[in-house]
Amino acid sequence: MEDAVLIHESYDVDRLREDFPVLEQTVYGKYPLVYLDNGASSQKPKQVVETMEKYYYHHHANIHRGVHYLSQEATTQYEVARDKARDFMNAPHSREVLFTKGTTDGINLVAYSYGRKYLQEGDVVLVSTMEHHSNIVPWQIVCEEIGAKVVPIPINEAGEIDQEAYASMLGPKVRMVAVNHVSNTLGTINPVKDMIALAHQHGIPVLVDGAQSAPHLTIDVQDLDCDFYAISGHKMYGPTGTGILYGKEKWLDAIPPYQGGGEMIQTVTFEKTTYNELPHKFEAGTPNIAGGIALGAAIDYLNSIGLDRIAAHENDLLEYTTKALLEVEGMRIIGTAANKASVISFLIGDIHPYDAGTILDKMGIAVRTGHHCTEPLMNRFEIPGTVRASFGLYNTRAEADRLLEGVHKVVQLFG
Amino acid sequence: MTIDQQQQEIIEEFSFFEDWMEKYEHIIELGKELEPLAEEHHIEDNLVKGCQSRVWLHADQKDNHVVFAADSDAVITKGLVALMMRVLNDQPAEEVAKSDLYFIDQIGLKEHLSPTRSNGLVSMVKKMKLYAVAYMAKSA
Repeated sequence: MEDAVLIHESYDVDRLREDFPVLEQTVYGKYPLVYLDNGASSQKPKQVVETMEKYYYHHHANIHRGVHYLSQEATTQYEVARDKARDFMNAPHSREVLFTKGTTDGINLVAYSYGRKYLQEGDVVLVSTMEHHSNIVPWQIVCEEIGAKVVPIPINEAGEIDQEAYASMLGPKVRMVAVNHVSNTLGTINPVKDMIALAHQHGIPVLVDGAQSAPHLTIDVQDLDCDFYAISGHKMYGPTGTGILYGKEKWLDAIPPYQGGGEMIQTVTFEKTTYNELPHKFEAGTPNIAGGIALGAAIDYLNSIGLDRIAAHENDLLEYTTKALLEVEGMRIIGTAANKASVISFLIGDIHPYDAGTILDKMGIAVRTGHHCTEPLMNRFEIPGTVRASFGLYNTRAEADRLLEGVHKVVQLFG
Repeated sequence: MTIDQQQQEIIEEFSFFEDWMEKYEHIIELGKELEPLAEEHHIEDNLVKGCQSRVWLHADQKDNHVVFAADSDAVITKGLVALMMRVLNDQPAEEVAKSDLYFIDQIGLKEHLSPTRSNGLVSMVKKMKLYAVAYMAKSA
């Protein structure tokens, strides 16, 4: 407990905010921006932007194929970033760490390459009811082609995966379990380690969608023993269009490439092409070099603060805001799992999320409204959508108070 | 009143508001006052799907005029629907089809008609014009 207090007291959020110039603005002429849409995308610290700038001004060349100085320098920087990502996820080898465009790209890669190799007619891919469309649709596409199907694991009223139901659904037809670590809509932190162990008892591999966990939790793919783990750079203070897919070497060796092109080949003839070694086999074409290197800078940035300290700060905001929101009459928080990340989805009485979000926006408070790309989850709760506030490392209690002030205005206008 | 006269009237009406809050309070009021859409018209065929809010639009023809009835599940969207109705309802099909709805921009609400907003309004306006074109073709 004393440690937790220490972490909180030593967390200088005002100092950290200086790293994010975008937060300094006023919107609609007079309202200081309150950015609570971190679940959609986080802002970028100077350290990340400056890394990109420096790369383009001083170091750019195409990587992995030049004998010249600049190309070697760019290659080294890119591979150093890969090593940082390996450390960040505690992956055993850098060759198991693939650069992608983001979580969606990573999941598509696995759905396409794993799916085409291992899925057969009548097979099942298990996903949870709270998945983002990005962890549903890629599987549906490949399943439809093959004649397999995507089956949802039910969740309870609190927004937690029904573990009993999950255990009973694992069987010989299930070829993949694809679940998120943290729900983008509910904030639920799913017990993926236990779920993976259970799936493995049946010989079923597991993909974890880590888009929402990467900025909040320490990820250890070896401890989880997951088969695939996909994350996005832009949600963890890195550039858009970047991401990492971790895959166990045995799978990455076994499954075919996702895309063909340069970089991913060993030799090409018109008769037969052989593929490059890992990780290059899955990295066709010139990648987002600047983005990858800057993602490395984002990881450095997170490490310099410490994910545990960030999590403690965000948990404080989560508890503070949840408690205050619950005092508002008619408040309904969607997602009340015992183990939650700093995401709060809510509805106030019959007030439509679009109405609430519009007024909050006019008051300078950026939240997300709608179904958050989780339509099946909205259907499960029989709601049209929610208002979602999601906190990042730079948010403050004063900003939570602004949200509260906005909510009271919404109630006054529509209640 | 013609479509342009209606637009002019709305622009004047909104010019009295001093800040956004007053403007939105008015839109919310209009939303609450919008004549309810008959239950039988709340059907899938009349649904204009937006990501954020949903709009139902029913259209009918009376002489050469198009008669609309509409609803939305969000009050602000409903208020904007009410404004659209004031401008386009019961107007000659030809006028509806070729109308230029500049009033939304002039009263400072064009963000609600941006496609990224996805509240169903853009599709609703498109659908209103399509109905008008269809009625014109039918009566030609």
